Amino acid sequence: MIDLTLILAAGVASGTILLFAAVGEIFAERAGVLNLGVEGMMLIGAVAGFSVAASVGDPWIGVAVAMLAGGLLSLVHAVITIHFRADQVISGLALTFLGSGLARVLGDGLSNAGPIATLPRATVPILSELPLIGPVLFRDQSILTYVGFVLVPVAWYWIERTRPGLHLRAVGERPAAADAQGIDVVAVRYAYVLVGGLLAGLAGATITLAISPGWFGDQTVAGRGWIAIGLVIFAQWSPIRAALGAYLFGAIFRFILDLQGVQSVFGVTNPFQAGRSATFFLEMLPYLFVVVVVIIGSREALRRRVGAPAALGIPFVRGERGA
Amino acid sequence: MNVRLELRGDPPRWLSPVLTIAAVVVALVIGAVVLAFVGGDPVRAYLHIVDAAFGDIGVLSDTLVKATPLILTGLACALAFRMRLWNIGAEGQFLLGAWGASAVVLIPILPAGTPAIVVIPTMMLAGALAGALWGIVPGVLRARLGVNEIITTLMLNYVALAWIQFWVFGPWSEGGFQQTVAFPREAWLPRLTDFAAQFPVLAGLTTHLGLVFALIAAAIMSIVFSRTRWGYEMRLIGDNARAARYAGIDIARYIIVVFAISGALAGLAGMSEVSGVVHRLQDRISPGYGFTAIIIAYLARFGPWRVVLASVLFGALILAGREIQPSGVPAMIQGVILFCLIVAEVLTRYRVRIGRRAVAPA
Repeated sequence: MIDLTLILAAGVASGTILLFAAVGEIFAERAGVLNLGVEGMMLIGAVAGFSVAASVGDPWIGVAVAMLAGGLLSLVHAVITIHFRADQVISGLALTFLGSGLARVLGDGLSNAGPIATLPRATVPILSELPLIGPVLFRDQSILTYVGFVLVPVAWYWIERTRPGLHLRAVGERPAAADAQGIDVVAVRYAYVLVGGLLAGLAGATITLAISPGWFGDQTVAGRGWIAIGLVIFAQWSPIRAALGAYLFGAIFRFILDLQGVQSVFGVTNPFQAGRSATFFLEMLPYLFVVVVVIIGSREALRRRVGAPAALGIPFVRGERGA
Repeated sequence: MNVRLELRGDPPRWLSPVLTIAAVVVALVIGAVVLAFVGGDPVRAYLHIVDAAFGDIGVLSDTLVKATPLILTGLACALAFRMRLWNIGAEGQFLLGAWGASAVVLIPILPAGTPAIVVIPTMMLAGALAGALWGIVPGVLRARLGVNEIITTLMLNYVALAWIQFWVFGPWSEGGFQQTVAFPREAWLPRLTDFAAQFPVLAGLTTHLGLVFALIAAAIMSIVFSRTRWGYEMRLIGDNARAARYAGIDIARYIIVVFAISGALAGLAGMSEVSGVVHRLQDRISPGYGFTAIIIAYLARFGPWRVVLASVLFGALILAGREIQPSGVPAMIQGVILFCLIVAEVLTRYRVRIGRRAVAPA
């Protein structure tokens, strides 16, 4: 039988992966830099975290190295797009190619690494006893899930309510005006592309060190980096909406997985049982859902005129006319 | 000290090709360093690639077989990219094309025993149509609703793969294996080796008619780009969409048509692969042709004949790269090549000045 509480709890857990990646991308995009390399950065984070944890034995060192690896890769994008003013779309794609190729080179042989020490899980006292919310959010979740709970409000507060956040938004909306105010546009953009890389690396490590430990090549991330980018559009660049979307997606993924284990629904044989070819239609759903979400996102963005940061994708050149 | 970029007024004509070649060389050197770092022997690996791809007429033919789907998908990307439409979905359009062509034989749309002269064109049409359909969806969404085509084309790749897997594991599975039955001979594209009876030299050469489709497509695209109003208007939209709109060009219609043709080309690549090489449908029919095509289109700077040239080089890399360990090396080198190409393009447009901070003009 499918237990809704368990699905939601597992959805929150696996949604944490998307949450880290999407919030990281929001930081970069709010500063005006589109980074389509999330998938590559997540793969590098996933493989770096897993291999380090497997050889050192400490998953926390794995997490740190994963973030570092994601951050390093993001700096390649930063140099190419901020300093060399190359097209952000093509550079981000290149980053995904580079990241996934490099991850496969580094991950060679890792698929037989066997079980490794994963990050600890925890149950929050008192909060976990709350009806409905307790078991979904606070019972036996990975430490990283709680990190996600903290990150989202912090990210929102940072962007919307602090002085550095104001500078961040200024750089993403009107870089020329920000520059005139004495804000170092280049430095701010570098910083937030790096934040995006660190969080994408963390997202990768969340997969291999917490949610579904192991290394399965490209399939370890399986397009979740791209789903995160879709979520950013859907969330209209708000960390809170991105978090809700991430948990929703996590729950859908989980539901699809669980449905494959069910024999029959209301007496009808379940066509989506594992091993049946119809399960492939279920596997399409998350990706089709992203398409729908991006369509709705762009409709709403058009209607409400709250869309992408004005300078998203445009290189900043001091003294040149522009945004 | 600071580094500044200055726009070149009029870059010399030799600069772009020289920098492009330099970019590929630098990428191969970086690839070699990484290969040595993970314990491989880069010199032997590269010599192996050259030998295994161009060493004799047999392997050269195999290289051309690998280049065929790359040319068609590369042209698909080059066409879309020229209008700055980021069709990242050539992979999915390729898979749908392969499926459409297979459907002609397996549903079956044509009865068994239909002569090849009917079967092959029907398969081409079905493959191109299925690919075009997969391209039109993101095209319409982009043109009519302003939906980001990068996300939609990419997501549709995953949907296409699941669609193929459904047919290959389910209705068309051959005894529970992840592949369909082999197509009858009428559904095979002619290969050079098929003429070995008349010309013994050709024995064993697997280059097939798909290569001719690819070259014809390149020729047509080259003419359209350089000699027709369509080519001119597409370039205008790509370079300056606002100017194109003021000039009265229906940009939305161009977007949809270009996505359809782009998808049709990738779909034809899928047809050519099932009909010319594999002779059945499998879920692992593409080792990422549609993604390599993105790099090829960029390396070729969207020029159709340069796509052909770049495809042969990447065909060699894929063919010979299969035997290189670790298996991610060719993919990694592709990523590095793309980065070096991006830098090369920047260096074509800008002059790098290293020196003291200049006094800002008043």
